Formats: sequence, C-alpha cells, structure tokens
Amino acid sequence: MATVELKSIRKTYTSEEIIKGVDLSIESKEFVVFVGPSGCGKSTLLRMIAGLEDISSGDLLIDGRRVNDLAPAERGLAMVFQSYALYPHMNVYQNMEFGLKLAKTPEAERREKIMAVARTLQLENYLKHKPGQLSGGQRQRVAIGRAIVRNPKVFLFDEPLSNLDASLRGQMRVELATLHRRLGATTIYVTHDQIEAMTMADKIVVLQKGIVEQVGSPLELYDCPRNLFVAKFIGSPPMNFLPGTVIAASEEQARVRLASGQEIVVVAGGAQGLIGAAVTLGVRPEHVRLGHAVENRGSGQVELVEYLGSAAHLHVRMQDGALLVIQTEGGVRVHADDAVTFSFPAERCHLFNSEGVALHRRSSGRMAA
Amino acid sequence: MSAVTTASQHHRKAAIGAGASGALMLAPAVFVLLVWSVVPLVLTLWYSFQNYNLVDPTLHGFAGVNNYWYLLSDPDFLQSLLNTAILVIGVLVISVGGGTLLAVLYDQEFVGRGVARVLVISPFFVMPTVSALLWKNLMLHPIYGVYSWMMRAVGLTPIDWLQRFPMLTVMMIVAWEWLPFAVLILLTAVQSLDAEQKEAALLDGAGPVARFFHIVLPHLSRAIAVVIMIETIYLLTIFAEIMVTTAGGPGVASTNLAYLIYSRALLQFDVGGASAGGVIAIVIANIAAAFLVRAVARHLEV
Repeated sequence: MATVELKSIRKTYTSEEIIKGVDLSIESKEFVVFVGPSGCGKSTLLRMIAGLEDISSGDLLIDGRRVNDLAPAERGLAMVFQSYALYPHMNVYQNMEFGLKLAKTPEAERREKIMAVARTLQLENYLKHKPGQLSGGQRQRVAIGRAIVRNPKVFLFDEPLSNLDASLRGQMRVELATLHRRLGATTIYVTHDQIEAMTMADKIVVLQKGIVEQVGSPLELYDCPRNLFVAKFIGSPPMNFLPGTVIAASEEQARVRLASGQEIVVVAGGAQGLIGAAVTLGVRPEHVRLGHAVENRGSGQVELVEYLGSAAHLHVRMQDGALLVIQTEGGVRVHADDAVTFSFPAERCHLFNSEGVALHRRSSGRMAA
Repeated sequence: MSAVTTASQHHRKAAIGAGASGALMLAPAVFVLLVWSVVPLVLTLWYSFQNYNLVDPTLHGFAGVNNYWYLLSDPDFLQSLLNTAILVIGVLVISVGGGTLLAVLYDQEFVGRGVARVLVISPFFVMPTVSALLWKNLMLHPIYGVYSWMMRAVGLTPIDWLQRFPMLTVMMIVAWEWLPFAVLILLTAVQSLDAEQKEAALLDGAGPVARFFHIVLPHLSRAIAVVIMIETIYLLTIFAEIMVTTAGGPGVASTNLAYLIYSRALLQFDVGGASAGGVIAIVIANIAAAFLVRAVARHLEV
C-alpha cells in the first residue's frame, strides 16, 4: 500500500486562497478523515489529491513520488463520490468493468476480479441490474466496488454516506470500517459528520477555512483539543464554554473565577502569565458530575431534561445566566425547575486563552481518571 | 349491507353523470378536430379515385386506381421519393452529427460563450423563405454571391450551386436552418450531465475520446432520439426552400414528394393525381412515424 504526503499545499481561486498551506503525512494503511464545517476546504483538498483540481503551490507525494502533474488516472487512486456517480446506462458489471477495460486488462482477468469484488460486497445477484434499479445502499456498494476492483493505492471518499438515511448510514459505517480492515488500503475520507470521523478514523484532520486546526487520533482530539474550534467540533453534545478570569496559577494548575463568582481549579500548565486575563473554561457535558462536592462546585436550575434512554441531557441555567448541558445516566430523577448542584472535575476541564488556544496539560493523552 | 349498496349505486350514477357531462364538454374540441383533420383526409381519399383535372373538365367521374397507377409508374415520382429520402437523411446526419459536436464544444468554458450561443441558435428564428432567399441571392449567387466573390478573389471560377448541385445545396440550406435546433436541445442535455460522472470517468482513466463515446454520447441518446423524431416530421414536408431556390429543378432534380404534389395540383391542375400523391405521402409519413415512435419509446425507458 501507499503513503501520501502533502507539503505546504495551497489552492488559490482568482485571488482568494481556499487552502492555505496544508502539511500532512499519511501512513500506509491508515484511515484518515478530513472533517470540518461546510466550506472549510476539505472536499477541495481531497479533489486536489485526486487530481480533479490543480494544486496552486506545494508538493503532493504518493509513495514518495511527486504526482502534482500526473493525470488523475495515473496517480493510482480510486474515488467514491457523494452522488456515487455511477454510469446510468451501464449495468453493475459494466460499471465495475469500465476502468479495467480502459486499462486494457484481459477479459478473463476482468471477470475474475469483478466476481471477487461482487462476492465481497454481496453484489453477485445484481450484476445485470442498472443503477436506477438499485437502492441507495446498493448503489453505494457498487460505487465502492468500482473503486476496489482497480486495486488502487489510495481510496478517496467524498462524503459517501450523506445521501443515506440514518439507519443505513450507521450500517454502512460499520461495513466501510470492516472493509478497510480487510483490504488494509490507505484511505482518505471526507465528512462533515464528527460521529463518522470519531468512529472510523485512525487519524482525524480537523479543517477550518483552509487551515488544519489539529491532527490526531480520535481520542487525542477528544481529550486534548488544541483550540476552541476543535473543542466545539469534536464531541456530541458539544463542550460547554464558560467565560472566566485566572486569579491564581501554578505550574500545573490554575484557579479560575467564573462570571458567577464561583472559583474552579483546572489542571492546566503555563497559566502563570495569564493571571488577571480573561479565559474560557471548557467542560464536556459527560464530565460534569451531578451531586454535592467540596471543590469546583456549581449550582443552577434545570430548564429542560432530554431523556435518551441510556443517558439524559440536563439543560441547566446557572446563577449568572449561562446555560450548561450536563449528561447523566438515563435513570436520573431530575425534572424541569429542580435546583441541582454539580461539580467540574479539575482534570477534565479545559482552559483556553483569549485567542482560543488551549493551555496544554503537562501529560498529554488520556488522563487517569 | 344495504347502505353499502346504495352508496356504491349512488357513486356509479355520479360517475355516469360525470362521463356524460365530460363528453359534452369535450364535444366542441372533438368537433373541430374532426372537421380540420378527418374532412380533408376523406376528401383527399375521394379525389384520389376521381378523374378531376381543372384543365379538362370533360373528363370526370370515377377513375378507379388509375391516378395511383399513373403516379407510381412515373419516373418523376421515384425521383421525388429518392430526393425526399436524401433530404431527410442528409439533413439529419449533418444537424445531429454537427449538433452533437457543437453542443459539446459550447459546453466548454471560453470567452464570449454567451454571445456565441446566441449566434449559433439564431438561424432557427429566420423563416424558411427568407433564409432560402438569403442563401440563393446573398451567399450563393454566381455573380453577386459572397462565396462567388470569395472564389474569384483566389482566382477560381465561381460555381453556380443551385444549377450544378441543386439537391446538395437545398440540403445545406435546410441543414443550416435545423442545426441550431439540434444544438439547442443537445446543449441542454449535455449540461444536465452530472459533473461527478465525468470526474469518475476521469479517475477510471478515460481520455477525452473515451469520455465522449462512453459517457457523453449514451447520456445524449434520448435527446438525439427526440431531435431525430421531431426533425424527421418537419423534413418530410420541406417545401418553401425548394420553391424559393430551385422550384424543384433543374427538371425534377430537386423535387421532393411535397413539391411533386404541389406541382401536380397547382402547376398541372391534376387534382386527382395530386390527391393520390397526398395519400401516398400520408402512408409514408405514418410508416416513418411508427418506426420512430417505437425507436424513441425504447430509448425513453430507463
């Protein structure tokens, strides 16, 4: 399989820069997900790797070889499009055969490859069907089959699940992850859905406005978001943000006074220089603990409870008017208008300076809880 | 039970009432259609079996199949059939072939595309007599024509197109009128091609030629079928261009079936013979239509 390397890749459309210098290296067999809000440039970046868009400056290396000026077909890639882009006048077999035919693969070999792929994807009974006669999930599989059959070095997926309904999307997510494990092909996957990113990726690349905000494993991004944008984007329901001021700091900890006057101790390094400065405290809904505590306490009134069965989301209005979402186990007996107290575990809180950059904790990676 | 029966009876009665009043509403339209299409058809059939010549009123009465016999054994009739076929097929090949290429060309990005599109469509809005006159006098005239001037400018002898190649010239004029129609329909069809399909083909390693034949052309097949059907219906009855440029000549070199019927009826005043020609034209048009509709219907199913 293949490695992919991007070296200060830029894309400029008539004076406007869409991709502002992306550096990234993708290991062999890695499943990389580009994630970000719409218009962040993730699809453009993928299309540049595919060769469908010109690279304005920078180098794109596949297996160590510069491929900027190679035609899409010569780069050894296969792409699955959002609309699947199946050829409507060809049946399933012909759809998968088209690329092989153009590559002048002998007929017997073509048949063998297509049958093998059809078996893998359970498409054997549909080979004579036209795309118009297939369901969304089946079309998706044909599109994947058309990509696999050419045995590419790198797979590219452009929001492949966004046209499917929710239950089918969950099912295809599992199928894609399984398929990736079986084929072991380097894969680049673009999505705006952070759940797809979290569940499938070996490595997530968070993009915003043409800039890479953070690269890391799903858990790294979840535990140590580098800035407010990543913190907001990764995790569902999203992280709570509370404004405050640093009143004391040591090497490993900082004491923050919130707008409500409560003082919270946070594990965060390098806050000594920020005493007196405005900061943002971030805490995930699932990390806020309901009940009395000695330290890092907070209280408020429940405005709304969302019961999800396995969990419940409490929307709590704090005394200073800030809204906080708390996730608890599903069986909790709290109702709207109840007064609740809760606490913020110091090692689970995140601190962001006025520019939105996270203050790094001394030990990165998952905290011992 | 009885309530159900009454309800259904009531329903049926209402349906019959609606049917009767519906037929009443339709009656004026059906009547107009009958008068406008069935009466001329029946009259044409009737005249085609009559001796009816305006120059010789003494000869009249039932003619049997004589009108048909004279027509079918006339070499002019065979020539006109051949000319009709040449005109239809020639114009179809030029307009559909050229139209497909131009449609793909005008789908590309280039400076001044909007103006170029308007220009390529505009011949369609010139009426047939005017465009035929334009070509006859302005472009192809052996003395004043633009082409003749161009040929003289490079030292060649101008060609008298309408005398030497009458059928070819008429075909070119008609193709010039119908090419815009083909471009218009096919351009909209080309533009409806999914961009991701083209990109998928690009990633599959298809070059421009393979993309054209495997992606664009199959996508256009329905639109091409529609263009062929509509053009054929109009091309079978081309008349004004021939009337204005060659008057069917020299001899019958550029006479098609429509022009032959005209000359029988209004130049030779043989109403019976012209009616027989009309009936044959109806039969031919229906055979062509049957084939076309079947071919198009096959294309229209997914």
